[in-house]
Amino acid sequence: MIKIDGLSKSYQVAMRSSGVRQAVKALFKREYKVVDALDDISFTIEPGEIVGYIGPNGAGKSTTIKVMSGILVPDSGSCTIMGYTPWKDRVEYVKHIGVVFGQRSQLWWDVPVIDSFDLLRDIYKVPEQEYRSTLSLLTETLELQDIIQMPVRQLSLGQRMRCEIAASLLHSPSVLFLDEPTIGLDAVSKIAVRKFIRTINEEKGVTIILTTHDMNDIEALAKRIILIGKGKKLYDGSVSAIRDQFGTRKTITAVYSHQAEPFQVPGTVMEAWSPERAVLSVDTEQVVISEVLIRLSAQVELLDVAIDTLPIEDMIVQLYKEHQI
Amino acid sequence: MKAYMSVFKLRLSNGLQYRTAALAGMATQFFWGFVIIMVFEAFYSGATVQPPISLTQLITYVWLQQAFLAFVMLWFRDNELFQLITTGNIAYELCRPSGIYGLWYAKLLGQRLASALLRSLPIVTVAFILPQPYRMPLPSDPFAFLLFIAALILGLLLIVSLSMLMYISVFVTLSPAGSLLMFGVIGEFLAGMVIPVPLMPSWLQSIVYVLPFRWTADFPFRVYSGHIPKEEALAGIAIQIIWFLVLVGLGRLAMAKALRRVVVNGG
Repeated sequence: MIKIDGLSKSYQVAMRSSGVRQAVKALFKREYKVVDALDDISFTIEPGEIVGYIGPNGAGKSTTIKVMSGILVPDSGSCTIMGYTPWKDRVEYVKHIGVVFGQRSQLWWDVPVIDSFDLLRDIYKVPEQEYRSTLSLLTETLELQDIIQMPVRQLSLGQRMRCEIAASLLHSPSVLFLDEPTIGLDAVSKIAVRKFIRTINEEKGVTIILTTHDMNDIEALAKRIILIGKGKKLYDGSVSAIRDQFGTRKTITAVYSHQAEPFQVPGTVMEAWSPERAVLSVDTEQVVISEVLIRLSAQVELLDVAIDTLPIEDMIVQLYKEHQI
Repeated sequence: MKAYMSVFKLRLSNGLQYRTAALAGMATQFFWGFVIIMVFEAFYSGATVQPPISLTQLITYVWLQQAFLAFVMLWFRDNELFQLITTGNIAYELCRPSGIYGLWYAKLLGQRLASALLRSLPIVTVAFILPQPYRMPLPSDPFAFLLFIAALILGLLLIVSLSMLMYISVFVTLSPAGSLLMFGVIGEFLAGMVIPVPLMPSWLQSIVYVLPFRWTADFPFRVYSGHIPKEEALAGIAIQIIWFLVLVGLGRLAMAKALRRVVVNGG
């Protein structure tokens, strides 16, 4: 479906230090720094997959999406999606993809949402009947009934984002690129968007590439993640493999009757402590949980204990640390 | 083609909702029209030689200018398009299976048409019934009127293709202010919007005649007033068509070139 091989792209960035003198100097001689936004990125994605594309800010996620959607021409490397090279066969290719840029808008600001939709229907030459059925499906699953006739400027961010996603799917693309689709959304909208993404993936078999900073998105949607940092691919594999790698670390939250002094439990690290509550982290490869509980109850009068695996968020932070990005 | 029509219709219906802007615009244009006519009247009453264009023809020129301002003004701009380029929202336009040139062209055309539809009829109607010497005469005969309509429509197509070049230049400069100012000031002067072309010194006229700008405003207005005779008008319409094809061709080339180099920053 998607095959990317040795993709590289660098930008020239004009640099100067602060101050008037430097600004004047820059008038005559400009110093440029070359930033490698993408450095030899390769991966393959099968039809029907949902892939989480993650990395810290400035890692090159959006650049990859832009190359894959035909907006940017890379310096070198190849990219074949459904047999097309995005930047070469742009017009033919883009009929088959949908793109959502979470930080940008494709809807016309001053007109009702439905007008923008109708326009997209004509741009993509969607047959009327197909358009109607897609639209009614989208309206239903994204709950757009009440907002579709409102001007875009009067929509809340969550409402607008739902419309943006619908707009990207009107022509029934087989690949969907989502660049931070949940950015700035509240919990309810996030869950609605995630649910919808899962639905179209399962029911229509749409291949989805998702970039996000919200690991809950990844956890809810993606089985596979690709991690990039400073333009390089650092990890490509299943979410569960990461879980296995870091899953031996558990946190134990203990609630106990009042204890004035902090205490130590051998084999654990105290993450937080208060007279009634403590959070301990344990590596189960070094000490088994039951042993920790025995040691713990020897020290305090336990009222309640909760054992959790490391949240995926923290796993990713660990991963970033390991790769020093 | 359907997509272009659709953009055009959307922009047109969108533009027609700005009634207050149209009213305010009309008031300004009447004011300007009167001021300019008064100035020329004063000049003409003191003229020692026979002016190259009669006062009535000049008054027609001025009223048509005011009525079809949206058809002929280069600075008439679509900030949305500028924002699209400077903020990077153009990313979305680039993922559409149609040429951006056509879509934008349709958008600009719709916008100008909407604006002119709201203003031109009232202004023209009032100009017909104003007391002398401010009254605009009816066209001399139906054929001249048809020629004027053709020239005006072609002029509109020309001005949109000219302004497309301005939008494309923003891809390079990233700031609309400079492009607007350059195009606006120079283009309008050369179109005869500041001083009617017949009143320009002959050396300037010879420059103006080889450039495309005068075909957008000066030419249709003079066809209406009969200052340009019919045979000459027919030839002029042919030249308009040639300029239109040349400018659209240039614009498409420049756009394709700009898009190959475009870098969408941020996000």
